[in-house]
Amino acid sequence: MHNALTIALKDWRLAGRTRDTLLSTAFFAGLLLLVLGIGLGSGLGAEAVQLRPAAAGAVWSALALAAAVAAGRAFASEQEAGALEALTLYPGAHGGLYLGKLLGTLVQMLLLSILVVPLGLLFFGALGAGVAVPWLPLVLTVLLGVLGLSASSTFYAAITVNLRAREALLPALAFPVLIPVVLASVQATRLLLLGGWSAEVGTWLGFLAIFDLSVIVISTLLFPFVLEN
Amino acid sequence: MMQAQAKLNVPAGRDRLTPALGILTLVLMLAGLYIGLSSPPDVNQGTLVRLLFIHVPAAWLSYLAYGGTGLFGLLYLITRQRRFDRLSLSSAEMGLMFTVATIIVGMLWAKPTWGAYWVWEPRLTTTALSLVIYGGYLLVRSLIEEPERRARVAAVIGVVGTLYVPVNYMAVEWWRGIHQTQTLKLLGNIGFAASPAYGIALLVMTLAFTVLYFYLLRVRGKIALMQELREEREFGMDLPTAQASQQDGVQRG
Repeated sequence: MHNALTIALKDWRLAGRTRDTLLSTAFFAGLLLLVLGIGLGSGLGAEAVQLRPAAAGAVWSALALAAAVAAGRAFASEQEAGALEALTLYPGAHGGLYLGKLLGTLVQMLLLSILVVPLGLLFFGALGAGVAVPWLPLVLTVLLGVLGLSASSTFYAAITVNLRAREALLPALAFPVLIPVVLASVQATRLLLLGGWSAEVGTWLGFLAIFDLSVIVISTLLFPFVLEN
Repeated sequence: MMQAQAKLNVPAGRDRLTPALGILTLVLMLAGLYIGLSSPPDVNQGTLVRLLFIHVPAAWLSYLAYGGTGLFGLLYLITRQRRFDRLSLSSAEMGLMFTVATIIVGMLWAKPTWGAYWVWEPRLTTTALSLVIYGGYLLVRSLIEEPERRARVAAVIGVVGTLYVPVNYMAVEWWRGIHQTQTLKLLGNIGFAASPAYGIALLVMTLAFTVLYFYLLRVRGKIALMQELREEREFGMDLPTAQASQQDGVQRG
């Protein structure tokens, strides 16, 4: 756990200095929201009512695609500097390395979602349209969803970092596994935006929590096999 | 050559089990077909209901194969025996093949009953997703040339991919779509949601497909072994020392 924190701190410091991941993912997510916004309708009059449920889908598409971009960068700096092997030589379980990388990606993804979620809701008429937004469960949904997205995409980033065509392969491998997270997050967000907290939202969040937990546990256990060279 | 064979776990002796499994599959299939075709047509669906005897067992086989991919992958990671990698590969290919079969039969069934070949419905979508997950597994295999590394990375992807199986199985429960819920419930109260007349045919066919899985697993595993032996041989030919010793062998022979 100590190793994990050290690696996460290193990654945060690096991210704070270069801001390349944060800027590229924010730019990417913003672009996606714009395209979807133009494609789906003007948000005026009757169209506004139809647009509101789309907010959940738009926000989560942006976050899921951004997660693939962010995770692609997670191991890239070490790979480019030839430091990945040195990192694996440090004492301590390799699982800690995964958790550290996950924490590093997670925080950047959370920062991104602080930007993307309110903006997305605003663009798609779910915020400031005279409808109350249940913020507390929404924050919980975003936390669980972003955790799931980061957990599996970071894991696959480690698998693909040494492969040919890694940029192309990472989304192809990670997205199918991300789909349950995206589905559950979209459903929970949509239900929250339409009718506030309900038992159904609770079921989705429960599913998300279990899925996140299993992805993290399985990935931590399998991580040593990914890194062996 | 002997060394390579030891590393690849080449089985010794004659294989009697594989043909036996093949014959058993054939007998069970014929029996299942006979019972299935002689069962009465359904009140609502008429003769269409017989698609059940192919659709459900094919889906079952694909789950079995995906489970096998994960299990053999895990066994490879633990034991590092190459035969588990070959079985994992065979399982993944079979899973893909039978998922395609399930989808095609399902589409033929969906057109007359639902009115469309394909709808974006949870079970269908998660089933289609498995094609992407295990397609990715095979794609990564094709990109890594070094056998040990290929086996290890593939095993990891195969194990994580297993997460998809419960999601797909439960998709009909979690997202109430147009697809009917499980015909054979395995969780909670075990139950069978159809007439017993169909139950026997379905059971026999499911059994036949299960045996078919093990039969094809062994056949495909053998082919994979031959491929690996050929790769080793070709690799050996590239090395000068191996070349020299091979020439020695030719001269002596």
